Amino acid sequence: MSMVQISNVRKAYAGGFEALKGASLDIHEGEILALLGPNGAGKTTLISTICGITQPTSGTITVGGHDVVTDYRGARSLVGLVPQEINLEPFERVINTVRFSRGLFGKPKDNALLERILRQLSLWDKRDNRIMELSGGMKRRVLIAKALAHEPRVLFLDEPTAGVDVELRRDMWDIVAGLKEAGVTIILTTHYIEEAEAIADRIGVINKGEILLVEEKTALMTRLGQKELRIELHEPAAELPASLADRGLRIEEGGQVLVYTYDTGQDRTGIATLIREISEAGLVLRDLQTRQNSLEDIFVGLVSKQEDAA
Amino acid sequence: MNWQAIRAIYVFEMARFFRTLLQSFVSPVISTSLYFVVFGAAIGSRIDQVEGVSYGAFIVPGLIMLSVMTQAISNASFGIYFPKFIGTIYELLSAPVNFLEIVLGYVGAAATKALFIGIVILGTSALFVDLTIQHPIAMLVFLVLTCLSFALFGFIIGIWAGNFEQLQLIPLLIVTPLVFLGGSFYSISMLPPVWQTISFFNPVVYLVSGFRWSFFGLADVPIGLSLLAIGGFTMLCLAIIWWIFKTGWRIRQ
Repeated sequence: MSMVQISNVRKAYAGGFEALKGASLDIHEGEILALLGPNGAGKTTLISTICGITQPTSGTITVGGHDVVTDYRGARSLVGLVPQEINLEPFERVINTVRFSRGLFGKPKDNALLERILRQLSLWDKRDNRIMELSGGMKRRVLIAKALAHEPRVLFLDEPTAGVDVELRRDMWDIVAGLKEAGVTIILTTHYIEEAEAIADRIGVINKGEILLVEEKTALMTRLGQKELRIELHEPAAELPASLADRGLRIEEGGQVLVYTYDTGQDRTGIATLIREISEAGLVLRDLQTRQNSLEDIFVGLVSKQEDAA
Repeated sequence: MNWQAIRAIYVFEMARFFRTLLQSFVSPVISTSLYFVVFGAAIGSRIDQVEGVSYGAFIVPGLIMLSVMTQAISNASFGIYFPKFIGTIYELLSAPVNFLEIVLGYVGAAATKALFIGIVILGTSALFVDLTIQHPIAMLVFLVLTCLSFALFGFIIGIWAGNFEQLQLIPLLIVTPLVFLGGSFYSISMLPPVWQTISFFNPVVYLVSGFRWSFFGLADVPIGLSLLAIGGFTMLCLAIIWWIFKTGWRIRQ
């Protein structure tokens, strides 16, 4: 079932800049969708448009079946937003700002819930501190606590781990996994590809206001993923034997390693034939190694393809 | 209506007030006392009664209006400008609230603070001069309406302002002169005829006059006109705010 439906959304700013050029996307209930894209791709604009911070120039967006413009109350009460910038009132106390968020979304007081959220985010001991006394990482946790305080069904995390240390990033991933278990739909934007790779169910790639692709992470990686077979030889081969010349092999490390690139999507990868031909050519194998292309390679490939087309 | 949201905004804003209680509470008391020392004791002793009221008492309604108007404007404008400035406005824009709820929360809080300060000044004044309030209910109505309408006006300024300088600009260049020239410290009838005519274009004259009437039964303009002026000003501010939220001017791109 789709939780968020974005159809053909365009967003042009007053200056004429078109941040979104007809984006369409279905976000399924309970999934973690990672939106990948370089800076200025339109990630934040897309999120802002869904959350009501900006209005779409054309196109429609629904959250849980509620149109974000005509039925904004219905839509927004389902949505939590963790913005990219640390936007917090410095003089306010942690507990008060979290309580404010809950009230603002029309939810009655629930101190037990707020305590649970603050404990989960390791903020309970800091609840009476002023925001300005907290470290950057702690402030980011406060932003998450504020978004969770009104029990959203859909949570948007706009670059949640930009500029945070490794430990906090791991914590953040754990929190996201915990929310998913609780049934919350999560959309996160990032330009850290390993982040999308680590936690997302599906991955969308956005660039220059267009959604280039949305796919299951594993399917995406197999479909577009090329694999490399690295063949280590016993004796270095100065040049390829004539019988192997047209197999597309690459020589590396002074002839010690032969590299064969193949597509895992194909029926026949040609590996078996290749191995036989290598030994027929008189080369002795010492070791074999395969390596899957990372999402990063896929991503860079897609974005540069779009640039070439433009 | 999202009552929880109105309450949340109101409580949050009032907390800011109590956090800065010293500055919110002590400064109007000190400045009122200074006005009484200067205008009441030093200069006032040389001025005869104004229309049968001692000068010290005569300036009380004007003094209260002066503080209430400037406080309502500054509290409301800061209340909405600050979230814009530090970026927390995102939460307000993404929350299931409509313009009326946002306005009720922010303006309600700013008006409450101004009302509180007005009452404090009234109390301080009573220490310096003998005060009689002939029409206490009318006095309260005028006070509350002034707090509300100027808080609405301040809210508009806060949304319009692009920086802290602009935030101060309208209160400094327009409101303060209008209040000072609006008969806060004198009766319009004391002015030469030309200036009397000019004064009637100053909306603050109607408010101060109406408010002073509720104390002493004296007015520069008919009381009905005063009520009309304050009611009209409130409606105008509401209309502008409604338009702001409808178009998203300066807040939602």
